[in-house]
Amino acid sequence: MFTRSRGIPLVAALLSGMAVLLPGGAGASESTGTVFPVKVHAANGTVTVPARPTAIVSLSPTATEMLYAIGAGSQVKAVDEYSDYPASAPHTDLDGNNPNVEAIASYKPDLVVVSDEAPGLDKQLDELGIPVLSDPAAANLSGEYAQFEELGKATGHEAQAGAEVTKIKSEISKIVQSVHKSARPLTYYYELDQTYYSATSSTFIGQMLGLLGMHSIADAAKGAAASGGYPQLSGEFILKSNPEYILLADTICCGQSPATVAARPGWSNLAAVKNGRVLELNDDIASRWGPRIVILLSEMAAELKQHPAS
Amino acid sequence: MTATAPPRPAETAPVVAPGERGPGARRTWVPMVVSALMMIFISLASVCVGPVSVPPSQVLGTLLAHVPLLHFHTSTPPIDQAIVWQLRMPRIVLAGLVGAMLAAGGAAYQGIFRNPLADPYLLGVAAGAGLGATIEIVYGGDSSTFLPIFAFVGGSMAVAATYLIGVAGGRRAWGRSIVLAGVAVAALLTAIQTYLQQRDAEQIRQIYNWILGSFSVASWSDVTLILPYVVVSAAVLLAHRRMLDVLRVGEEEAGTLGIHAARTRLIVVAAATLGTAAAVSVSGLIGFVGIIVAHTVRLTAGASYRIIVPVSMIAGAAFLIGADLIARTVEAPAEVPIGVVTACIGAPFFLFVLVSRRAARGVGVGDT
Repeated sequence: MFTRSRGIPLVAALLSGMAVLLPGGAGASESTGTVFPVKVHAANGTVTVPARPTAIVSLSPTATEMLYAIGAGSQVKAVDEYSDYPASAPHTDLDGNNPNVEAIASYKPDLVVVSDEAPGLDKQLDELGIPVLSDPAAANLSGEYAQFEELGKATGHEAQAGAEVTKIKSEISKIVQSVHKSARPLTYYYELDQTYYSATSSTFIGQMLGLLGMHSIADAAKGAAASGGYPQLSGEFILKSNPEYILLADTICCGQSPATVAARPGWSNLAAVKNGRVLELNDDIASRWGPRIVILLSEMAAELKQHPAS
Repeated sequence: MTATAPPRPAETAPVVAPGERGPGARRTWVPMVVSALMMIFISLASVCVGPVSVPPSQVLGTLLAHVPLLHFHTSTPPIDQAIVWQLRMPRIVLAGLVGAMLAAGGAAYQGIFRNPLADPYLLGVAAGAGLGATIEIVYGGDSSTFLPIFAFVGGSMAVAATYLIGVAGGRRAWGRSIVLAGVAVAALLTAIQTYLQQRDAEQIRQIYNWILGSFSVASWSDVTLILPYVVVSAAVLLAHRRMLDVLRVGEEEAGTLGIHAARTRLIVVAAATLGTAAAVSVSGLIGFVGIIVAHTVRLTAGASYRIIVPVSMIAGAAFLIGADLIARTVEAPAEVPIGVVTACIGAPFFLFVLVSRRAARGVGVGDT
């Protein structure tokens, strides 16, 4: 599934033949349209990747999922302790939040991908001659697509990255079209943990749900924009807002479920609880804006069809 | 400033032996009544005001409907009833209990250690509770049902360790060695806590939230969970308030008055620890309450522990209920961490009291 070879433009196939002739391109069994050395633009600036990487270290669970989705999985040498998908990724105890340069260097990587630029990490790796790409959480879908393209270029899988982006786009539009748009916007409360941290409609996840005609009750929190779109809401505000849907993105971290939500004081009065419109999401999929975002959206669309708000 | 703080002639409270009613007996009641009125006013404001506006008549109706034997029926919508009775009331009661306990614990520690910088976290209860909570969050499975118990046990064990090390450190310099032991125990436990927290980055926000402290998900079950500990602890501290006055003068003098200093200290420290550990187990580590309330009471109401202990309890409850009201309304419907509120209001207010009292009668905080 991850080493996709269909759907690649003919040009890319032709170029891949040329790549074999170039240094670093030798032995590349997978198709590649990239001529190395290549310059890519990441959050940490323009990075030069001298040759097709064959020992990638990914310290970002999202980047790991993306690398496998674009067919660069066989070039990945090590992933961090939180990169649990796909299961076949070479897990290590590397810590992406608090990276140790020596531990990273011990894998002799020729490309390192991190989610947030740890201060000084890129400089230290620079001195070791190892290129680093910083890919923090995308702000929106086009940001996610740009990360796919950047990783494709840096790993020699430009065409596959482009195909993946096209595939995600078409799947999203299929899901959106399948949902009967409600005349009024559907309200939801998106829960990040059991202390009522939530997400506004302007966050990545909020924009995804917005495609289905839904909007977050957290938008009323005026300071939310300043807090990055993830305010902690008051319990009484959630009760009074009486959202049509409750989306739990704290099922893995915090063991929340429709049953625990119904047991909270006062929450049994909520329409969403009474009518079974409490949806359990996979925390990991909901917080990694990579290839599996489509799964999240289709689950949500299925919920809208199965339990339509009256 | 002298207008707000009229100098009182008997400010350097005379030491009164236990059981004897001193000349200042009447003065005890004035600050108690004033602080109680403040607490009632703030509680009323808290139950009526929130991110959701519920008319005061409906708030009253909801409260009356919950008075036993009254059989009052209210037409308040169920959601508004739930907001008032299930969300606001437990928050107010819990904030009151925690505030009372932290302030009284701070007052007791300041008296026992004769140290104006003592707060209820001095002997490591916060570090221990933080470690207990972190262990539960990291290893305790999905739900956080046992979090308060882990925090309570962690906090109590930390203070027990500090006490044993401190007492072993020497009888003469008892106060100093136990405070140093507290610093060491707290540093060690905080280091372990930080290590566990950094190792498990997926839970880091949950841990961080707990450490910041909050009443945002307070419920009646939290209230019933800590109530027994708070009642016992408060009763013991109140019963020992006169002995704190005696210890203030010195151990030998206390001995001549028939007070067993070591035993009194152990009882007071144990009671203050029990209450503080119970409080932080449900609220998280809310700072500043424990140190400033007792000092503010001392500077405004009098230097005798007969006044400081009970008035600190009431004023501490009022302070934390008020701080929580601000935490849930200032950026409504979003919440502001309550520790930010207690520090932002508490620090300037305390400085104001300090400066104005100093100007009025030249008394320092060190006069414990």
